[in-house]
Amino acid sequence: MTDAAARNTGSPWRALARAGRFLGMPLLLAASLAATVAVHPDFGSFEIQSLALGALPLALAAAAQAIVVISGGIDLSIGSMIAVSNVLSASLMQHADFRQSLALSIVVLIAGAGQGLLNGLVVAFSRIPDVVATLTTGFIWGGVALLILERPGGGAPAAYLNIGAGADFWPWLPNALVVMIAAIAAIWLPIRLSRIGLLIYAAGSDPVAAFRSGVNVMRARTIAYVFSGIACAVGGMALTMTTGIGAPLAGAYYTLSSVAAVVIGGVSLAGGRGGMVGPVIAALLLTLAPMVLVFLGIDPNYGQVIQGTLIVLVVMIAGLFAFLQERK
Amino acid sequence: MNDAPPLLHIRGVAKTFGAVRALRSADLEVRAGEAHALMGANGAGKSTLVKIITGVFSADAGEMTLAGQPVAFRSPAEARRAGIVSVYQDPAIVPDLTVAQNMRLARVPTDKVKAAMRDLGVERIDLRTVARDVDFALLRLIDLARALASDPRILMLDEITAALPADLSERVFKVVRDFRSRGASVIFISHRMAEIAMLCDRATVLRDGVTVGVTPTKGAEETIVNLMLGSDVAKATTAPAARPETAHGGPALEVKDLSYGHALRGVSFRVNRGEVLGVAALEGQGQEELFDCIAGVRRADAGEVRAEGHVLKLRHPADAIRAGLVLVPANRLVSLLPQRSVQENVALAAFGRLRSWGPIAVGEERRRVDMAVRKLQIDTRAAAEVRRLSGGNMQKVVIARWIAAGFKTLLCFDPTRGIDIGTKKQIYALMREIADQGLSVLLFTSELPEIRLACDRAIVLFGGRISGEMPAAEADEARLLRAAHGLIHAEAAALA
Repeated sequence: MTDAAARNTGSPWRALARAGRFLGMPLLLAASLAATVAVHPDFGSFEIQSLALGALPLALAAAAQAIVVISGGIDLSIGSMIAVSNVLSASLMQHADFRQSLALSIVVLIAGAGQGLLNGLVVAFSRIPDVVATLTTGFIWGGVALLILERPGGGAPAAYLNIGAGADFWPWLPNALVVMIAAIAAIWLPIRLSRIGLLIYAAGSDPVAAFRSGVNVMRARTIAYVFSGIACAVGGMALTMTTGIGAPLAGAYYTLSSVAAVVIGGVSLAGGRGGMVGPVIAALLLTLAPMVLVFLGIDPNYGQVIQGTLIVLVVMIAGLFAFLQERK
Repeated sequence: MNDAPPLLHIRGVAKTFGAVRALRSADLEVRAGEAHALMGANGAGKSTLVKIITGVFSADAGEMTLAGQPVAFRSPAEARRAGIVSVYQDPAIVPDLTVAQNMRLARVPTDKVKAAMRDLGVERIDLRTVARDVDFALLRLIDLARALASDPRILMLDEITAALPADLSERVFKVVRDFRSRGASVIFISHRMAEIAMLCDRATVLRDGVTVGVTPTKGAEETIVNLMLGSDVAKATTAPAARPETAHGGPALEVKDLSYGHALRGVSFRVNRGEVLGVAALEGQGQEELFDCIAGVRRADAGEVRAEGHVLKLRHPADAIRAGLVLVPANRLVSLLPQRSVQENVALAAFGRLRSWGPIAVGEERRRVDMAVRKLQIDTRAAAEVRRLSGGNMQKVVIARWIAAGFKTLLCFDPTRGIDIGTKKQIYALMREIADQGLSVLLFTSELPEIRLACDRAIVLFGGRISGEMPAAEADEARLLRAAHGLIHAEAAALA
């Protein structure tokens, strides 16, 4: 008995595995940046700035996906929700000044939360599997985006578009990265540090055990969808910042890329496991990879094949580690 | 004390799932400060009743009062707020949260949990450990500590001691007694008569969804078994053994010291050629794991499976099938392709033997399938899609597949569950016929009278071990049920 209890207090191997979980992704990013500098010695602070700016919408899409996946679901409407807030912000802010556009951002956030809430309610009440439910609501949001802005257009005041540009604090700390960290922290920390986070992790980890512990599983998952919608709204506005316009079909890329970022970032698709640092770094890596392939002079069409292969390999290796841990 | 109104009073509770009447009229009366056992054979309705009390299901009829107030809970959270907390056989602990987070999840104060864990002797578990990394038996104690810390008025314990070592069980009993002495009640669900006699004051016995009796537990083991059996017991004991002792060939299947996690702990037995060996057990005594291990669906932790004398390496169902061990699983739909035809479903397992490459030998396939379909008298009016067949006919298709493919030992897991009586008889006859051809059958059935009707010999599983072995002629329901509750120890010892 005492042996059994002692076994559970943790061994050095467990500590190492835990450290690996926290440090793995930052180390992978550092190694990738080092490799990038090796193939392209001119890679400097300007490239870092464009990397962070380019990764901003995907990082928020990854955050949105991570919240839902941790709660035990999957959100295939993320691309469409990003498109809606992209065209909504670009059409609302076209003739606004900077202060008005900040106020309008709140409108876009509320619209995002509303879309997320509807996603969550459809999943909770219809009991349709998340994949099907969010695929269909994704069609609806895609249609809404086209209703708001039929063809690419709109815009926002220059000051608003330049929020993420440049590096005001330190050349190596791009503003886009500051915005990314601030926005995701503002969404994630209130969840993580409160009872809501506990409920979301519990609902994703083992819905039956959570239900028996007195958790309202469907409510927890609906809340996760609402936060996902808010993150998508920020992601759509970030897309407005990086492209300068609204485009109703621009979101398509983000749905599957967010799933890839979440998986690479160590969030289990089975739910209940993972955090926010991994998916966000994975979003940076997924943005860096095509840049490196361009530096190497590889045909962009091959680039996509190589990128896909790398994702499969990373996911397989992650799966292998998970399998070995289960066997122990 | 008897004059006081009962703390929990349930009258005439009924619950129907589709065509299945799980509960017809269940009554239960639990007094304050009482430990009350809830008993019944498989399918008697215990777990349905428990789930109604804890708000997982709502009752179709009947009433429930708690301390005189009518109540009907819509969720476990509501029942918990009213002071009814249960500890299930599989702990309600979320694996990816730490122990402390699991306590916060149920809004239980940590200092009280620590006190309860001290009483249970598991205070050395670090509350920051992720639950996934904690031993299964300890998780159940953590779950119990959490339940105790929420100060419930009624604590429900479902098979709390299953898979617990003896010293931990002792501690659980001590803690539960202390808990009662503070005036709270315990509803105790267990198949272990000894524990019930030791811990409980009274027992309520359910049979076929009806409360058939309430009895004090002291020295009442026989009474309880008879209540569980009901009037069928007389009928069963007078039924003659259907056939003479079969002259058996050598061993077709030998299992030695098979172990799988907590579920199987060193199970050994053999099935002879030309024999139908019955397996009887209450729910969750390791029978699923036993069949899965032999059929290569799960990998055993230790032990040996021999077919025709050769030790088998079972890493995949294909390994078992090559050795002639074929499984007819409990859930028919798991092994069928529901949208495909009877022809394809039956031929599926035979493909490997017909021709591995190139086109399927259609003529040969048709001949064998027709033979198997005729032999089993499958109703082929709806043969284009297996899912449209009745349950009995689906079951026949699963068996027909193996008849067409050929096998040495048929592993049948509860083949007659939910099947009409006529088809049941056909399936018994088929087992007999298979055995008469010199093949063998291992048959688990949840309906105890079937053992005498279909088998030559029976073994009984209890807590992952063999607790009894007997010829079918002696395997009446009362004897099987006693062994299935672990009440026949001498025979188990003799076997070991």
